[in-house]
Amino acid sequence: MIAEENISNKTIQQELGKPVITISNLCKSFVTNHVLKDFNLSLHKGENVVVLGRSGSGKSVLIKCIIGLLNPDKGTIEMFGKNIPELDHEELDRIRVKVGFLFQSNALYDSMTVKENLEFPLRRHWFETTQQKVDEMVMEALENVGLTHTINMMPEELSGGMRKRIALARTLILKPEIILYDEPTTGLDPITGKEISELMVEVQKKYQTSSLIISHDMNCVRLTADKIVVLIDGKCYAQGTFVELKKTQDPRVKQFFE
Amino acid sequence: MALPLKTRFFFSETGDIARFTGRFFSHGIKPRYEITEFFRQCFIIGYKSLPLVSLTGFIIGLVLTMQLRPALMDYGVESQLPGMVGIAIVREIGPMLTALIFAGKIGSSIGAELGSMKVTEQIDAMEVSGTNPFKYLVVTRVVAATLMLPVLVVISDCIALYGSYLGVNIHSVTSFHLFFDQVFHRLAFGDVIPSISKTFFFGFAIGVIGCYKGYTSSKGTEGVGSAANAAVVVSSVLVFIIDLIAVQITDILGLN
Repeated sequence: MIAEENISNKTIQQELGKPVITISNLCKSFVTNHVLKDFNLSLHKGENVVVLGRSGSGKSVLIKCIIGLLNPDKGTIEMFGKNIPELDHEELDRIRVKVGFLFQSNALYDSMTVKENLEFPLRRHWFETTQQKVDEMVMEALENVGLTHTINMMPEELSGGMRKRIALARTLILKPEIILYDEPTTGLDPITGKEISELMVEVQKKYQTSSLIISHDMNCVRLTADKIVVLIDGKCYAQGTFVELKKTQDPRVKQFFE
Repeated sequence: MALPLKTRFFFSETGDIARFTGRFFSHGIKPRYEITEFFRQCFIIGYKSLPLVSLTGFIIGLVLTMQLRPALMDYGVESQLPGMVGIAIVREIGPMLTALIFAGKIGSSIGAELGSMKVTEQIDAMEVSGTNPFKYLVVTRVVAATLMLPVLVVISDCIALYGSYLGVNIHSVTSFHLFFDQVFHRLAFGDVIPSISKTFFFGFAIGVIGCYKGYTSSKGTEGVGSAANAAVVVSSVLVFIIDLIAVQITDILGLN
């Protein structure tokens, strides 16, 4: 149901939105392993783009280049009008506040409670916020993911799906304009994976965010993608909607949909 | 001729540690200062190490006294026992023993904690949330270790001297006042200041090595174990090297 609505909305969103991320001729190598070779991609405002590719194809490298955790060898990554590889640490931090990043491993701070995990980004950036306001924002973020009862729990006490939801809540707490998801359903059972995918779509609708999703889980791709970019041999091999790519006869693309 | 692999690794590692230390200074002097996290680390690194440091200090003071006593009795200078133990503890045994215990407890703890954060992408998560993880995790821990070790050494020295006092009183009766009067009579400025000064460097070395090993760890959980282990080994060796240099400097300055 959500997937159908999502697909029907995509054309309108793409027409209305302007690019929030534009990647041009991105290259990244590790010694002799050329992971990305002249990769191009654009993400428009309010759009969900999925980068689909096999394990080891360079999807995570791409997303880490976008957020500035890795420096590309060549190419540009324009986000909010700035070229990310050229920014210094302070400028990059200012951009990062507007971008949420959901890690594959969730990366919850395991020495902190759920509440402290959610408070951490707020305390770093919204200095003048009162404790009451912080508490309200934490509760709102937890309500969004349906886990208000876990507020005082430690990450180790949570299941895999709950950790993913808390990580998503932490990503949302600064109200980012763009969310980058690194394999959000990996390691989860199909039912929990579907719940997370639906949650991602709900979040996108509620906060009007743009999302770049790295995945090879076709259920997640089907539910969340407005546009799919297939990453093969370090390049944007094909792109289109889920329906368009499912009909393709290209064997290298078709293998993902079989 | 190419250098052997281990030699190249040694120089490469030394260079990396030097760069890491340079990064500590460049990040440490610039605002924003992580005051809350610094005090939290002082509590963890300093206060929580107190029981272990106190216990080892007490035992070493007691044992040293009991071991020295027969030898001094043979020479008929048993009365010099408080002064000798005092100098040994304040000048060398207190700082070295406390630093080695500190390296074992805090060096491994920092190495394992940061290593675990590294391999579970928590450091990356901190970075992408717009927080400088080097400043938040490394600078606070190194400064806390540098400032807390001298405090622990002073406390450990006092407890070791109290242990020594009890050790003296096992076989004879000496008043508390007389014992400490003899200890302080033998101690001079040149005994106390250099021995406390070098502990700042011990603390700094332990903090930097613990953070470096943890912050740069890789290879999953195996890497975390290796980071903790290497943090203890390298920082312990560095403590000895710094001690050697400190002795030479105090000798040159005529403080011995």
